[in-house]
Amino acid sequence: MTALVTFKDVHKSYGTLPVLKGVSLTVPEGRVVALIGRSGSGKSTALRCINGLETIQSGTLEVCGRKLHEANCDLRHLRMEVGIVFQSYNLFPHLTVEQNVTLAPRLTGKASQAEAHEIARKVLEQVGLAEKAKAYPEQLSGGQQQRVAIARSLAMQPRVILFDEVTSALDPELTAEVLKTIEQLAQSGMTMVLVTHEMSFARRVADEIIFMHQGVVWETGDGSMFDNPQTPELRQFVGSGL
Amino acid sequence: MTFAGLTPNQLLFILQGAGWTVILSLLGFVGGSVIGLPAAVGRISKNRLLRFGIAGYINLIQGIPLPIIMFLCYFGMSIAGFSVPALVAAAVAMTAYCSAYLAEIWRGALMSVPKAQWEAAECLALKPFQRLTHVILPQAVRISIAPTVGFLVQIVKNSSYAVVIGFAELTYTARLLNNSTFRPFVIFSIAALLYFAICYPLSLYSRRLERRLKRG
Repeated sequence: MTALVTFKDVHKSYGTLPVLKGVSLTVPEGRVVALIGRSGSGKSTALRCINGLETIQSGTLEVCGRKLHEANCDLRHLRMEVGIVFQSYNLFPHLTVEQNVTLAPRLTGKASQAEAHEIARKVLEQVGLAEKAKAYPEQLSGGQQQRVAIARSLAMQPRVILFDEVTSALDPELTAEVLKTIEQLAQSGMTMVLVTHEMSFARRVADEIIFMHQGVVWETGDGSMFDNPQTPELRQFVGSGL
Repeated sequence: MTFAGLTPNQLLFILQGAGWTVILSLLGFVGGSVIGLPAAVGRISKNRLLRFGIAGYINLIQGIPLPIIMFLCYFGMSIAGFSVPALVAAAVAMTAYCSAYLAEIWRGALMSVPKAQWEAAECLALKPFQRLTHVILPQAVRISIAPTVGFLVQIVKNSSYAVVIGFAELTYTARLLNNSTFRPFVIFSIAALLYFAICYPLSLYSRRLERRLKRG
């Protein structure tokens, strides 16, 4: 299985504050990897490095065959293959749901107007919002907006999608509907990296769970690692979270 | 036949002045937009030199009284060897004046679009210019319409400074008429009414736009 994302000894700091202190991890194609850990553990920063929103200072980071540690890395083409969904949805408020979804495929030349329309229909169906195509984001609930954001990402037909705490702004009911969408996506074989605080969801959906602590990968495993933590830090994290 | 002691010709003369006031204001607004929009975008660019250069231009224009800009344009161009009509000099001065203020109004509007919108557009592989034109500008325009229309009122009123270079707009024609009729109160009241008639609808419209924006 090829690795779509490979971190090797990645370091990153904001000014004098180190955030990533030698992160090494891989995300194989078709797998779902969950990044968990306390606030400030570096999990969101690591995620944002994957599509070049943050630059790394040392180590190597390869995503979809592109070397992000090299200065001349073509970020725009990287982003055609790496989608991201944000905590705050960040839909474009002046565009309808369908326009939100078709904007990037049209502008990047991935699809013609007609093809983009077809893509929009398909991905909106996938997230269960085909009937909302003509609505504006403000007319939708938070959960629906987040599902549109997922559809917008899917419309670019990415090889991997990053999820940055996508349910943190939602109440439990809306969280459930978004998680269901992500779970269906996982079953369809999409490669995904999730930063999440939903431990039971991570356990159910992720093929691999990575516990980050103080800027490094502290412990990795599958869902069973919650029952049998190897480090006191994970034990404490699990104890406080569940 | 007279109106307030003025002949129809005299009234027509002052109305013509009002017409030129509108034309000069429009020229200033259009010219100011053509320069002000790129200036606003340049003010938020990553290029420091560009940012500082434009900030310097804006500060310079905003720090000089408009009548002085009028003089500089009028006499400056004739010293440079171009004998230009007062309209051209006034239009250039108004363009410089409007561009400096419009650039700041629009920069504010651009900056009030959340940073996350830039980031989202960037993450969808949009080129920098596409991010601006398809994502940021449409949202900034919505925010800027009310203050822009409000500024139109300032443009109309400040176009009266073209009087100093002898351009026959409303203030100038009113003064000229007063010199021949010696009825200052009547004539300047008419001028005031005409300015008010141009500006008040603009203020009303601006306030309505603002309310509509607040409602979302």
